[in-house]
Amino acid sequence: MITINHYLVLSAILFSLGTFGVLTRKNAIVIFMCIELMLNAVNLSFISLSSYLGNMDGQIFVFFVMTVAAAEAAVGLALMIAFFRNRESIAVDDFSLLKW
Amino acid sequence: MEIFYFYLLAVVVIISGFLVVTCKSPVNSAIALMMTFVCLANFYVMLHAPFMAAIQIMVYAGAILMLIIFTIMLLNLGTAVARKGSHSVVWATVLAFLIALQSYFVINRGRPSGTTGEITADLVAKVGHTELIARSLFTDFLLPFEIASILLLVAIVGAVVLVKKDV
Repeated sequence: MITINHYLVLSAILFSLGTFGVLTRKNAIVIFMCIELMLNAVNLSFISLSSYLGNMDGQIFVFFVMTVAAAEAAVGLALMIAFFRNRESIAVDDFSLLKW
Repeated sequence: MEIFYFYLLAVVVIISGFLVVTCKSPVNSAIALMMTFVCLANFYVMLHAPFMAAIQIMVYAGAILMLIIFTIMLLNLGTAVARKGSHSVVWATVLAFLIALQSYFVINRGRPSGTTGEITADLVAKVGHTELIARSLFTDFLLPFEIASILLLVAIVGAVVLVKKDV
């Protein structure tokens, strides 16, 4: 019997994997993909709780998370192309202009 | 039977999520990420949310991931990953492990509870998931829905402005 805890633990594992990726990788696009992984982990826990509680609101929230992720993908990748045009690289170490 | 399928999918999701994080080439990471998205869509079907599974495939695997792969190939990043060294892997491992451990304890010590709604699996099977989503989206969540459309418009304009050579 699959309980709600199975889904929540899986979601926690995926979220921490995404965190690990964001903290260790240097390529900005891979960091972006890791953020997508974290968003998906949160979506999984939203949908499992929504299904467990018999309430539609969690799934509507997933809908909006997907909207924001799509907007983020468009703007973020445009930013990376603009960076690449200036610096010939998208390693995050080269983005240190604002670092104090 | 369902629990075996769950564990099989969970193993695939965790392995492909790990590959997203560890692959050297960004294209390989993107392919592994697609595997993760498809497996998550399977989970959504198991959770009686077929519409969510469909838009997971269409929006994430179809649109966002294609955009990422196009950008990787446009920038020709496959050759530019040779630089060595990384941020402190040890601290990142410790932090990620702590987050996983903490969530595990919180999840296992507590029990999710609350006022249970009326959306059961039988109702989803009878009325249809899309209709239930639409009913909720266009009544209770009409204002956020409209705001989301404006957000998407702003994102389109922003992407065009950022990528254009001289505005």
